[in-house]
Amino acid sequence: MSELASPLKTKRPEFRNINALTDLPTYRMAPAAWVSILHRVSGVIMFLLMPFIIWMFDTSVSSEISFAKFKAVFNIGAGFVPGFIFKLVALALIWAYLHHFTAGLRHLWMDTHHDAVTKEFGAKSAKFTLAISLGLTVVLAAKLFGLY
Amino acid sequence: MSVKYGSKRVVVGAHYGLRDWLAQRVTAGIMALFTVAVLAQLLIAKGPIGYDLWAGIFAAQWMKIVTFSVIIALLYHVWVGMRDVLMDYVTAHVGLRLLLQIFTIVWLVGCAGWAIQVLWRL
Repeated sequence: MSELASPLKTKRPEFRNINALTDLPTYRMAPAAWVSILHRVSGVIMFLLMPFIIWMFDTSVSSEISFAKFKAVFNIGAGFVPGFIFKLVALALIWAYLHHFTAGLRHLWMDTHHDAVTKEFGAKSAKFTLAISLGLTVVLAAKLFGLY
Repeated sequence: MSVKYGSKRVVVGAHYGLRDWLAQRVTAGIMALFTVAVLAQLLIAKGPIGYDLWAGIFAAQWMKIVTFSVIIALLYHVWVGMRDVLMDYVTAHVGLRLLLQIFTIVWLVGCAGWAIQVLWRL
């Protein structure tokens, strides 16, 4: 038996008691950490809302009549659900796509540019990513809710 | 392929990590280009976006084939991503992880089927 697997050695302590609700909010996350976790969150949101995305593709592209129905769902609503709820879901998707897209380009840039893999560039590009995705989301939200 | 490190440890692997890493980036690039190409057509159009403009983008057979490829790229991309998420967070129960991975595959294949049907019904 190798030395590493010796049962006589005392077990090293493991710390697996990080509580997502009480411990995580006390961490100060750096911009790169926010971009990273939001990349995952936005990906999972788009995965779960995929049937809604395809429903939008279906109704908007199938015929003139379904296109009118598509518009009515967002402007008037469907059943007991008012239109602005659909707009909010669409806005969540818009943010998710913009964030995932920008953070993905950041990944590709760091994969292909060795000098980009530094702490400084990581922080700078993370702030840039958040500024682009949140900024464009605000611009498109204003358009979606008819402010201009 | 196996590499011997030092005198004891033999490192082996299927190298699927590299394959999926590369596939995730290639599929991302395909989807990014597609997004820009479709958005550009909407942005350069004058006036409100009507049904004819929107459906016209997907009317040609070659565009349907391109869109089909993007759907398949999306399928693979999301599978790699969701599998990574499940491997990172669902660690306590391997059975639950397998169940969620099966759900992911069924969900994705179902969605892709629907999208492809919409595409060629046009």
